[in-house]
Amino acid sequence: MAIDDNGGGAHRAGTATKEPEPRPDFDSQKHDSLGLRIQHLLHGNPTLGPLAVLVVAIVAFSIFNPRFFAAPNLSLVLAQVTVIAVLALGQTLIILTAGIDLSVGAIAVFSSILMAKFATDAGMPGLLALVLGLVAGTAMGALNGFLVTRIKLPPFIVTLGTLSIFFSLNSVVSRSETIRGSDMPSLMTWTGTTIPIGNFRLTYGSIIMLLLFAVFFYALSRTAWGKHVYATGDDIEAARLAGIRTSRVLFSVYTVAGLLYAIGAWVLIGRLASASPNVGVDYNLDSITAVVLGGTSLFGGRGSVIGTLIGALIVGVFRNGLQLAGVEVVWQGFAIGLLVLIAVSLDQWIRKVKA
Amino acid sequence: MTATQAARVPEPRSSERVPVLQAKNLVKRYGRVTAIEDSDLELYPGEILAVIGDNGAGKSSLIKALSGALVPDSGEIYLDGERVHFRNPMDARAAGIETVYQTLAVSPGLDIADNLFLGREVRKPGILGSVFRMLDRGHMRAEAKRHMSELGIATLQNIGQAVESLSGGQRQGVAVARSAAFGSKVVILDEPTAALGVKEGNRVLQLIRDVRDRGLPVILISHNMPHVFEIADRIHIQRLGRRATVITPESHSMSEAVAIMTGAAEPPPPVA
Repeated sequence: MAIDDNGGGAHRAGTATKEPEPRPDFDSQKHDSLGLRIQHLLHGNPTLGPLAVLVVAIVAFSIFNPRFFAAPNLSLVLAQVTVIAVLALGQTLIILTAGIDLSVGAIAVFSSILMAKFATDAGMPGLLALVLGLVAGTAMGALNGFLVTRIKLPPFIVTLGTLSIFFSLNSVVSRSETIRGSDMPSLMTWTGTTIPIGNFRLTYGSIIMLLLFAVFFYALSRTAWGKHVYATGDDIEAARLAGIRTSRVLFSVYTVAGLLYAIGAWVLIGRLASASPNVGVDYNLDSITAVVLGGTSLFGGRGSVIGTLIGALIVGVFRNGLQLAGVEVVWQGFAIGLLVLIAVSLDQWIRKVKA
Repeated sequence: MTATQAARVPEPRSSERVPVLQAKNLVKRYGRVTAIEDSDLELYPGEILAVIGDNGAGKSSLIKALSGALVPDSGEIYLDGERVHFRNPMDARAAGIETVYQTLAVSPGLDIADNLFLGREVRKPGILGSVFRMLDRGHMRAEAKRHMSELGIATLQNIGQAVESLSGGQRQGVAVARSAAFGSKVVILDEPTAALGVKEGNRVLQLIRDVRDRGLPVILISHNMPHVFEIADRIHIQRLGRRATVITPESHSMSEAVAIMTGAAEPPPPVA
């Protein structure tokens, strides 16, 4: 035992009390390279990077094809992005706690099938079918939360399991048949109806999506619950020792995410004008992609819902823009994948920022 | 919080003084391994009690029992003469015992004010707070700033700065400020100067003195003998799961303390 151990390796010595004195050889402001400054800037404002990518992409695609920036096309991009954005919002909450949700697509699609079945086969009024569908999605999220917090399984494993289970139940309930929107009460497809603003067509689904982002921006940044979500993802042991009931926080996050996925399901029915058991396979990865592109760290504790909205828009803009630029569909995935790798590398680099 | 408690004149350590915090015959076993065996501890008002001991002597188990992080198998804990039962750290905190843990002191991604109020956030008055659960950030920041400057950590200009952008000593300062701000009875510090440079370590020691001088008794767990002998009023030596003895920096030298700790020397009777 080291009796006179002055602490395992003195980290950064000195400058405890005084203003951080610039060390003469480096670290001094004027010697800061451009790279370092950008690193610091992005560390302080993690949504700046994604925002820059989005703006550059929009400008570039508009130059390639003037039709891109036309109102009808922008309406299409927003409508395409809406479902993924809502799902990615739930995914953001979970990733902020250093978790991951692979069952997002399964919960959304199964919820949409349940809503549609309630409204058609069970003959329920639209509102009741919708509410029961939302309850079902919330319950599925709560099941994930229960397994993560009580059985203490890693989120990856839990949601891998429930992904299979929910998709399987989905096939059983739907008998792999699509339910047409025209057979449902109008409330179910209301999210797909549009409000014209000039040539731009805004769907009610998109309005719901934007409202949800506003609500969760507020909840994460202005309430104690939000602080606890960040603290839990940042360092769960430190959070627990600070008196936060981290299990409750985690459970609430998975449950709320389930509700968000079910709202996404409603938006999805409006978007497709049907409830199909076969969509949603891509939703898992698309939602994670949007979160990561938005600058939220997969290691938890860092990120924002605004970033996720930007991330979802980046995916939508790239898919649509590449298509208009005449790039084959097969290469779109390639481009998105490249973006993800760049985003994660950037995150790693930003996290290494020096104090 | 009241202002500085006066007179650091060492009061006569008579046996009539009532300990703020007292542990009697604490036992904790993990299977066949005994972490602490009939361990006692007394902390008196206005003192810094250092707890030293070799690895495996039961220091951390003893401290965890006092901070609620561990429930002892048997034994009693008294706070201000009253028997207490801590089932978790929240219980101990509610009773007025604040603990700063060695490595897990703060949440790096949150800012200084958020860290100070983590787990006991203040909401806005009125409907904004009750219905919309809105945090009173202005109030929390002002309070955080006040607590930090009360302990002379005013150089942190920006209370909205993320804790990860601070140096190790400054982070520890935030953690100590938090415990001093909310601890009403006892502050427990687990290896607060480990992983710090010399200057930063000294800075934190001064902070600990400030906390004591404001009237809060401190339990300090440390491996760092020079630090222990520099600031402790009494030194509790833990050995083989029990309290070997209690000495003072005046009564014994560092090497004598180490000898007692390792069993090379016979422990003297404890000072009260």
